[in-house]
Amino acid sequence: MTIKKLLSATTLILVSSLANADEDANLYIEGEEMTVRAAAPAHMEELDEIFSGWVFRSDETQALQMDDFDNPAFVFVDQGIDLFSKVDGSEGKSCASCHENVEDFAGLRASMPRVEDGEVVSMEELVNGCRTERMGAEAWKWSSGSMTAITALIGLQSRGMPINVAIDGEAAAHWQAGKDIYYTRVGQLDMSCANCHEDNYGNMIRADHLSQGQINGFPTYRLKNAKLNSTHGRFKGCMKNIRATPYKEGSDEFKALELYLASRGNGLSVETPSIRN
Amino acid sequence: MRFWSALRGGALTSAVCVVASVSTAAETAPSDVVFQDGAVAASLTQVAGDAANGRKVFMNRKQGNCLACHANSEMSEQSFHGEVGPMLDGVADRWEEAELRGILVNSKMMFEGTIMPAFYRDSSFERNLKKFDGKTILTAQQVEDLLAYMLTLREE
Repeated sequence: MTIKKLLSATTLILVSSLANADEDANLYIEGEEMTVRAAAPAHMEELDEIFSGWVFRSDETQALQMDDFDNPAFVFVDQGIDLFSKVDGSEGKSCASCHENVEDFAGLRASMPRVEDGEVVSMEELVNGCRTERMGAEAWKWSSGSMTAITALIGLQSRGMPINVAIDGEAAAHWQAGKDIYYTRVGQLDMSCANCHEDNYGNMIRADHLSQGQINGFPTYRLKNAKLNSTHGRFKGCMKNIRATPYKEGSDEFKALELYLASRGNGLSVETPSIRN
Repeated sequence: MRFWSALRGGALTSAVCVVASVSTAAETAPSDVVFQDGAVAASLTQVAGDAANGRKVFMNRKQGNCLACHANSEMSEQSFHGEVGPMLDGVADRWEEAELRGILVNSKMMFEGTIMPAFYRDSSFERNLKKFDGKTILTAQQVEDLLAYMLTLREE
């Protein structure tokens, strides 16, 4: 083999390793194995297997999530720890005044969002409910730095547990509304969530490797904007990309979509806080 | 005021009319495009497509952005070609000009349920962003330019 051929072969390998993730890799975080591929939940008619977004990321991005010291999201988890014990509001309370150990939230993230009194309740609303009703503090904005830091800290307590959101009973109607949104084409590009994330996951869309759009790792740290991103913030970005008018963060539509998407991940591990592009 | 008083002058009036007729009458509006089995036989503009500009439309992310979904060896200097749609090498060997025009204007007329956006359609979108209301992704001439470029993609 000539040097030139050798060089071009090396370039090819480099390019392909940049573009292609090792889709067969297994994720161990701090030695604990995560379930990144599982049989699709019974309600999913179009797919047999579900995959965490982690399997579609490059080797370098995958590695960042395997060690909490390398995971840049932990800067924000640390902020969440400070916020957890910070007194705020008229009642002179912090989160820790009622919730002595943050570890007690183990399992919560795996079951969220859930339906209470006929309404979908997201983690962000549980946090703001405590702030406004018990602490006498102001509600945080849905995707603010404080909110994503706290939801990352609370979510982390469930890391490794299987997602298991309820879709029956009083959740059923909301779940169906979320499913309808998932399959509705919107925007000038006239695409639905399913067009990319069900029909084309695993394919490259330019330099982006399409995933199934699973939300088991949220809030997620994106290398693109170097911060934690909420699920609803991510939905907004996706809708703008296809030139559609996004729903509002915290809206009934996005909460229903969050419920439906979470249910498509039933069986995957909670990976909060994950690393994505 | 000056414009309207100028219009009363005979020579200028006829000049304005000529310009107006060129920009409207010759260009087919999105809703007036005639499809036959998904193909569009007539040029949208009656102006020959410019393949060199069409190549730019093909790669421009705010215009055709075709590379997002399709690989194209003729554009190998660009990295990261998409895998969502079929490769476009030799596309002009496989499709007639009218078929390709139809696919660019609105591929759903040929392929039901396709993910591919319609590049010359300006209405009946759900929740369209306001700034794209009543707009097409490409202009009529950009479609013709893109088509001229795609007709150069031959292998045989």
